[in-house]
Amino acid sequence: MLKAHFKKKLPTFELEVNISVRNGILALVGPSGAGKTTILQCLAGLQTPSWGEINIHGKTVFSSANCLNIPIRNRRIGYVFQDYALFPHMTVEKNVMYGKPSKGSNPNKVLSISNVLEMLKIEHLRNRYPKQISGGEKQRVALARALMTEPELLLLDEPLSALDQDTRSTLQQELLRFQAQWQIPFILVTHDVQEAEILGDQIIKLEQGKQKEI
Amino acid sequence: MEFSYIPIILSLKVAFAAVIIVTCSSIPIAGLMAKREFWGKDVVESIITLPLVLPPSVIGFMLLYVFGKNGPLGKLFEQWFHTRIVFTLAGAVIAAAVVSFPLMYQAVKAAIESVDQNLEKAARTLGARELRVFFTITLPLAWNGIIAGLVLAFARSLGEFGATLMIAGNIPGKTQTMPIAIYFANEAGDTGQASILVIIMTAFSFLVIYGLNRWGKRSQRDRNPEGGTT
Repeated sequence: MLKAHFKKKLPTFELEVNISVRNGILALVGPSGAGKTTILQCLAGLQTPSWGEINIHGKTVFSSANCLNIPIRNRRIGYVFQDYALFPHMTVEKNVMYGKPSKGSNPNKVLSISNVLEMLKIEHLRNRYPKQISGGEKQRVALARALMTEPELLLLDEPLSALDQDTRSTLQQELLRFQAQWQIPFILVTHDVQEAEILGDQIIKLEQGKQKEI
Repeated sequence: MEFSYIPIILSLKVAFAAVIIVTCSSIPIAGLMAKREFWGKDVVESIITLPLVLPPSVIGFMLLYVFGKNGPLGKLFEQWFHTRIVFTLAGAVIAAAVVSFPLMYQAVKAAIESVDQNLEKAARTLGARELRVFFTITLPLAWNGIIAGLVLAFARSLGEFGATLMIAGNIPGKTQTMPIAIYFANEAGDTGQASILVIIMTAFSFLVIYGLNRWGKRSQRDRNPEGGTT
């Protein structure tokens, strides 16, 4: 469950966001420069909103009124970057293990690396380096790495934009399946309206920082 | 006159010690300067790089003032360790460290700044604290630049002359490093000793520059491999 209402001043306009996601996928769609990535970064704690409040699973992680800003590492958010941001000097296995909590904090989700690699069909890539795998495979590794942290919210920044049509369709179906299996809210940024319609249970269109629910 | 290899050993000792000091100090300082904004940062940065442009005699004079018998640090060393810096190999190490520090600092800072910030952000979203991000992501990815800086600092330490002469003097067998031995051998008309040392220094410097260039080209190729996927 995510509830966020915040504002963020950007050079040319002010971004205002008021979203609430219980479960399922929220798709943020809009042209480049509309503030989509900024929203994800504010939720994750990589950027600080100028005003507002962010609530994840009943826990306030940001509140301008109470001067509260919980650091990224304590927000329990999985983040899949647009360019995947895989660590080039680590193997797939080390990448995926990087964020594994030392002890599982949620007893219902005891995750082993084998589970995650198997679920994402990347077990055979364990000992490869990011530059030795394809775009679609990188995407799966990035997803595995984010899931390994046992997040309560998953943010995906244009996760499929760099992939060819076939890989894209396959991964769209898989994202839907993971969400159903994982039961945590996903927020997905895309500039592709069609993709938003396929994946989003809820779609928000962004233009110049203003949101319009579809 | 018979050829003495002692200046070579002394030079290597000085250069190794200086590089260790410079490496240990430049990595945290460069890390801090690359990642943090603070008041007066430009002034600190200018002071750090100053030895790069100051004449060696000016650096030597300053070091003599600070580490001399009546200098603030010279006095402390005398009281605490009953030892002095001036006219010892320690003085030569300090001079070499001071002049090579900016080279190492600039290389390390540029290397740290060139690391993709998204990777550092990704590590933070995966729960890493700043120190873990620095040691597991930033530093390993900046490694090439750090090695390049290390080699340059070593070469610069090996070649240090002016400041070393002022603070460590020319004591054969004790503080007479290669460049100083060359100068005084030439002054004394011992061109045999001077030319052997000149050949060694030139060959070494050539190897350093050649090796760095080759290595730079190779690591650039590794970073931008053609057809990055399999």
